[in-house]
Amino acid sequence: MNTSVAVKDLTLNFGASTVLKKMNLDVQEGEFIVLLGPSGCGKSTLLNCIAGLLEINEGEVWIKGKNVTWDEPSDRGIGMVFQSYALYPQMTVRGNLSFGLKIAGTSKDEIEKRVARAAEILQIGPLLDRKPGALSGGQRQRVAIGRALVRDVDVFLFDEPLSNLDAKLRSELRVELKRLHNRLQNTMIYVTHDQIEALTLADRIAIMRGGIIQQLAPPQEVYNRPVNLFVAGFIGSPGMNMLNGAVVDGGKSFQVGGTKVSLAGYDGGTNIDRSKAILGLRPEHLLIHHEPEPGMTIPALVELDEPMGADSLVWMECEGHQLSVRVPVENRPTAGTTVHLKVEIHKASVFDAESELRI
Amino acid sequence: MKRPNPLFRNMSARIALTPMIFIVLVVFIGSTIWTVASSFTNIKTLPIFTPREFYDAWVGFAQYERLWNTPRWITSIKNLAIYGILFSGFAFIIGFFLAVLMDQKIRAEGVFRTIYLYPFALSFIVTGKVWAWIMNPAFGLEKTVRDLGWASFNFDWLTNREMSIYAVVIAGLWQGSGLVMALMLAGLRGIDDEIWRASRVDGIPKWRTYLQIVVPMMRPVMITIFVIVASGSVRVYDLVLALTQGGPGNSSQVPSMYIYEKLFVGALAQGTAASSILLLATGIILIPWIIVEFGKKNRG
Amino acid sequence: MAMSSASAINPSGAKPQPFFAPGRVLIYTLLIVTSIYYLIPLYVMIITSLKDLTMIREGNIFVPTLRPTFDAWIKAWSAACTGLNCTGLAPGFWNSVFITVPSVIVSIAVASISGYSLANWPFKLAEWCFTILLVGSFIPYQVFLYPLVIITREMGIYSTLYAVIFVHTVFGLPILTLLFRNYFASLPEELFKAARVDGAGFWRIFFQVIAPMSLPIFTVAVILQVTGIWNDFLFGVIYAGPTNYPMTVQLNNIVNSLQGVKEYNVEMAATILTGLVPLSIYFLSGKYFVRGIAAGAVKG
Repeated sequence: MNTSVAVKDLTLNFGASTVLKKMNLDVQEGEFIVLLGPSGCGKSTLLNCIAGLLEINEGEVWIKGKNVTWDEPSDRGIGMVFQSYALYPQMTVRGNLSFGLKIAGTSKDEIEKRVARAAEILQIGPLLDRKPGALSGGQRQRVAIGRALVRDVDVFLFDEPLSNLDAKLRSELRVELKRLHNRLQNTMIYVTHDQIEALTLADRIAIMRGGIIQQLAPPQEVYNRPVNLFVAGFIGSPGMNMLNGAVVDGGKSFQVGGTKVSLAGYDGGTNIDRSKAILGLRPEHLLIHHEPEPGMTIPALVELDEPMGADSLVWMECEGHQLSVRVPVENRPTAGTTVHLKVEIHKASVFDAESELRI
Repeated sequence: MKRPNPLFRNMSARIALTPMIFIVLVVFIGSTIWTVASSFTNIKTLPIFTPREFYDAWVGFAQYERLWNTPRWITSIKNLAIYGILFSGFAFIIGFFLAVLMDQKIRAEGVFRTIYLYPFALSFIVTGKVWAWIMNPAFGLEKTVRDLGWASFNFDWLTNREMSIYAVVIAGLWQGSGLVMALMLAGLRGIDDEIWRASRVDGIPKWRTYLQIVVPMMRPVMITIFVIVASGSVRVYDLVLALTQGGPGNSSQVPSMYIYEKLFVGALAQGTAASSILLLATGIILIPWIIVEFGKKNRG
Repeated sequence: MAMSSASAINPSGAKPQPFFAPGRVLIYTLLIVTSIYYLIPLYVMIITSLKDLTMIREGNIFVPTLRPTFDAWIKAWSAACTGLNCTGLAPGFWNSVFITVPSVIVSIAVASISGYSLANWPFKLAEWCFTILLVGSFIPYQVFLYPLVIITREMGIYSTLYAVIFVHTVFGLPILTLLFRNYFASLPEELFKAARVDGAGFWRIFFQVIAPMSLPIFTVAVILQVTGIWNDFLFGVIYAGPTNYPMTVQLNNIVNSLQGVKEYNVEMAATILTGLVPLSIYFLSGKYFVRGIAAGAVKG
């Protein structure tokens, strides 16, 4: 597989603060990579740098084997889709789609061909002669994608394209985007703060924080083996349960309050004791047992539960922590009872409390 | 690959902004420097440019001394003060008063606003001419009222040395108070409706709400309006020209008339000195305002 | 708590309001009375222009004539004496047109492109110049009067239409550039980014993307400029040259240099004619006019 887009030691300063610090990223051909993170983490900034809309201070941007660091956006072989669609309001849909091609001097026939192809793929044929003002949000976003499609480029950049849509439309278009990627097999770099979009769409996710990529890995790995506390807390809804404690017994057990849990079967390296550690358990990796199993279960007091359709989220108090456990709705325990939670240790993550790294 | 010279970035934008930059440097900055510098020389009809010429013609503050010893200049400054204070003050009061009336959800608001504002669309010359006619002693207001029976009614302001400047104030108010009203109304409309609801629940009568709650809230708008009105009244020229020609005699002379005469009738340095005084006056009005405005921006 | 006495009315539904509630009557009365102050000059202008000289002498300026005639209008247009010529205001009208139209076009073109550059492609020098421009707009124009004579002379255009067009552009630049810059800055930034990704450059983005979206602000700018430039007096007198004097100058000269009897009806007709263009624009554009002066007045 070839590298489609590469960012090398990219640094960007805004005044006195450094927004992106010596960033490195390699995107493979045909890959769908998602830049995910909270606001201000620099994901949009990075995308705009790749697009050439922002000037960088240090480093290089390579697209398709060419150094495009000083090239204009339109010369980089990219198409871009914006959060607010950014359609030219005075032009028809057809006009919007063909604007860039006209500037590039493409022949009329070629323009017609490409517009027709984009219209067919995105199902916007009947809209071609309307103006953006007469379109719904979902239609506008398709036209915005169409504008990138007609450019016949290999790399598509998406800047939070679904954030302006309501929940239902968002999930519909999410599926459409996945279908589109399957069909076109283009390289797509996608920015979002919504982890659901990231988990469902990405081949790899780059989680960013403070201008630094925390972890770059396929969704399942990010979910199951988060590289640090931040990633663990960011991915997954409802969030991962965090238990403060220590690694003891030569790395064989985790002590939380008065309970010890065996670390046998843990997917990671724990040979040394650590006096301050955190055990991370996702709500679905805790099973309710009614009998204690020493070394395998933790006692917890049931407080309340939140029924969510098929599952229920049960909140419990355990050794001074609040835990949430996902339970099928018919098996909800009653409030006030003490249960014993079996820990699926091979799905858990242990973090060093100071470095916040996964052990 | 060599890094492109930053100077060539945004070439089109730099080219496009050349007119503005040229105008700022040559006209705005250049003129101001020339005017102030010339006010310290003794040039009469020919402008000078080189440092050498300035050195030769330097007379220090002599022009300014002469200025303040000229009765006509003193009169014009006095008139400016009278006009400025009266015009600004009454425009404020009338404008605010009308704006409050208009704020009462009246019908035909558009009609009234059109009536109050149309004088602003007229030239100062037009305004001056029409008021000159109305205040005409022989045929105008004075004659009409006398014909109605009030034989000793006097409205000879246009021919009365004491009153001529006040005639200018009346005409100026007619032209400009509509603008103040429009601006005040915009400011009033910017007041959150909830303030009104709260004061009504509290039982505060409307007029008190206006005076004690709304007016303090409108302070920034009021200051802006004041700056506009005041700096506008410093420039009054056309109106005086059309209404009284500065007369009778020199009784309604204003600084801008004095300056115009001096500049184009062989007393350049005097004219520039007078202009510099106006510049100073404007600066005194403006600088505190600018400091407050920019101070706010830096803090916010 | 006092209870209402013997009346057995149960409040239900909407509270009955007397048609002439005292508060509203007062408000409307005040509004109407003040309207009279504003309307009288217009009224007087019109009826005077429709009289002949005997009616003026014998009549009353507030009483209209029963036998209106347009003779004064015709004379004002084609035969009134201004200075040495007795060709009426018609030449002045056309001069005003030849001054106003190009001045409006040039000043708006320069200001809109400058505003666009500042909003979307800023660089340090430009920002500084713009700030100086804004500050400079408060400087009394007297400071620039003579230097502009020098500058236009050096450019070879003094005493021609080009000079007055240049001067109007210079003085319109601060307000208009501010207007355009603020408007363009409020347009969605992503539109601009999309156009850059499409490969559009500086000029293309302006003409094909930004300008078509900006009709409202261009309208406001045109109204502001047409009114201000048409009504101008001083710049026309100083820079345009005697053959190009605008209507306002001619109007001023009619009254000041009449041989023989003062023809007040002609004078008033001439006044109306001069005010006709800006007044019509005002009455036709209503909302945009108010938006224009409000925008012009609220600096920064």
